Amino acid sequence: MGTPSSVPLPAGTTPRGRLAGAGLRHTAVALGAFALLAVVGSLAPKWLTFLLTMAAGNGLVSLGIVGLMRGGVVSFGQGMVFAVGGYAAALIYNKLGFTDAIGLALAGGVAALLIAAPFAPLLSRYRGIFFAMLTLALSMVTYGLLMKLDTLGGSDGFNVGRPTLLGMKLPDDKVGLILFLVTAGFAVVMATLARVYFDSTRGLVTLAVRENELRVEYLGGSVRQAMAINFVLAAFCGGLGGALVVLSLGHIEPTFSFWTTSGEFVFVAILAGWHSVVAVFVASTVLEVVRSFSSSYFPNTWQLALGVFLLLVIRFLPKGIGSLWHREKR
Amino acid sequence: MSAPLLEARGLNKRFGAVVAAADLQVDLVTGERVSLVGSNGAGKTTLVNMITGYLKPDAGRILLEGRDITKLAPRAITRLGVARSFQIPQLCGDLTVLDNMLVADACHDADGLSFWKPARRAATVERAEALLERFRLHEHRERRGAELPGGLRKLLDIAMALSAGPRLLLLDEPTSGVAAEEKFPMMDTLMGGLADAAMTVLFVEHDMEIVERYASRVIAFYAGRIIADGAPGPALASDDVRRYVTGELLAE
Repeated sequence: MGTPSSVPLPAGTTPRGRLAGAGLRHTAVALGAFALLAVVGSLAPKWLTFLLTMAAGNGLVSLGIVGLMRGGVVSFGQGMVFAVGGYAAALIYNKLGFTDAIGLALAGGVAALLIAAPFAPLLSRYRGIFFAMLTLALSMVTYGLLMKLDTLGGSDGFNVGRPTLLGMKLPDDKVGLILFLVTAGFAVVMATLARVYFDSTRGLVTLAVRENELRVEYLGGSVRQAMAINFVLAAFCGGLGGALVVLSLGHIEPTFSFWTTSGEFVFVAILAGWHSVVAVFVASTVLEVVRSFSSSYFPNTWQLALGVFLLLVIRFLPKGIGSLWHREKR
Repeated sequence: MSAPLLEARGLNKRFGAVVAAADLQVDLVTGERVSLVGSNGAGKTTLVNMITGYLKPDAGRILLEGRDITKLAPRAITRLGVARSFQIPQLCGDLTVLDNMLVADACHDADGLSFWKPARRAATVERAEALLERFRLHEHRERRGAELPGGLRKLLDIAMALSAGPRLLLLDEPTSGVAAEEKFPMMDTLMGGLADAAMTVLFVEHDMEIVERYASRVIAFYAGRIIADGAPGPALASDDVRRYVTGELLAE
C-alpha cells in the first residue's frame, strides 16, 4: 500500500505531465505579473516607481518570514540578514569593483545565507517567543557590530555608486526604472519559487510541523531539518532584499539591522498572512504607502496610522489580506 | 516457526520506584495480531514506547529483523518500517483529513522530501483517498482534523500510521475514547483496513471482548512482567490473568 501504483496512467495525467503543466502555469503567471509590473513602473511617476522598488525589496524579506510562519515561528531579527545582504552588496561594489545589479543581489542573498546557516541548527530547537527573541538578539548583535566597525562607516554607514546591468551603464533618466525592473523581477521569481515550495511535499510537512511535531517525527519526517531549512531560505530572501534595496537607495547604514526594521518586516508578514505570496508584496506596498503619506502629511505619527491599520486587519482579516482572494486548497 | 520480526531481549525500565519493564523477552512473528493486556501501569505502553524509540530501556536490546534499533531515534525507527498510532490521536488539527494523509505520504516518499514535487499530486491523492475509503473516512476528506468525532480521529490517526506500509504497526489503545457501541464497527473497519497479511500488528487493549475477537496472540502484563503469553483463549483463562488483569479472581 505504500508503493506507488504501477498501473499506467493515460497520457497527460502522468505525474510528470502534471508537473510540467504546473510549471508552465507558474511561468505564465510570473511572466504576466512581471509584464504588468513593468507597465506600471514605466507609467508611474518617479517617486511611485521608487516606492514600489522599496516595497518589492522589503517584501522579499517578509516573504522569508512568511515561510517561517508556515512552520509556526516568527523571526524578529530579519534585519540581520537584510543588513548582511545590503552590506555584502555594497562592499563588493566598493572594494571589489563588481557592479552588476543582478550579481550583487545574488551575492547579498548568498552572503546572508552563509551568515545565517551556522545558527540554523541552534534556532531549529526553539519555538515561539524563544525563537523570536534569539533572532532578535542576533540582529541586535549585528547592529552593535556595524555601529562600532569604523571600516564599515560606523553609525553613518557609507554610500554605494550606481550599479550596472549586464555590462551596460544605467542612464540618469532610466536608472530608477531599471532598478525597479530588476527588483520586481527578483520579487516575481522568488514569489513563484516560494509558491512551488509551499505546495511541495516539504511545504506541506512545514504546515504539519506547526500543527503537530510529534506526529511528523513519528511519520519519519525531521522537524528540526524543516525548521533549519526554512530559516536558511528566509535568510537568502532577506539578503536578496537587502542588496536590492541598497542598490536603489545608494546608501547603507546599521539601522538596516535595527529592531524596528525587523519589526516592519514582521508587520508586513502578519498583514499578508501565510496563504498567499502575492499578499506579501501587496502588504509591503501598503506599508510603504502608509509610511510615505503619513510622514509627509502627519509627521511623527505614521506609526500611529500603521498601528491602527494593523489593528483593523487583525480584527477583520485574522488570516491576513491574502485571505481576501486566496483559499488554501482543501 | 519463521525468524522473528522483532525481538526484545531483557528489557528493563524503571520510573523511580515503579518497575515498568522487568527483564522482558518478546518475539513477534510476521503476520501476528498481538494484543497487550494488563491493568494501568503494568507496562504495556512502556513496551510500545521502547519499541518506537520514545523511551530508551535502562537495559536490554530490541532487534528488528536482527538489527539493533534500541538506540535509534523514533524517526529512524519509523523509516525502518515501524509505525504507531497514539492513545490520544495525534493529528494536524488545522489541516484537512486528506492533507493529514498527504503529510504522512510526503514523509515516507521513497525519493525523500522535495522542494518542488507537489504534495497534492494526482497519484498521491489517489493513494491517500483509497486508504481513506478503506477506513470509511472518505466522506470526511475535506473536514479539518480537529472537527472529527473521537472514533474517526482514532481511525485517521491509524490510517496515517498505516500509510507508510509498515511491517510492524503498534496501536496504543485503538478503542479507548470510542463509544461502546462503536467499538466493534471501528475494529472491523480497522482490521478490514489492515488487509495486508504480511503486516504484524501489536495493539494495547483493555476490552477483553475486542482482544478475544481480533487478536491471534495475547501478552498479559503485571508490574512490568509478562504473566501470560499465547493464544487468546488459554491466555485469558489463566489464573494470573484472571487475577491481575480482568479481576475475575480476587488478588491476594
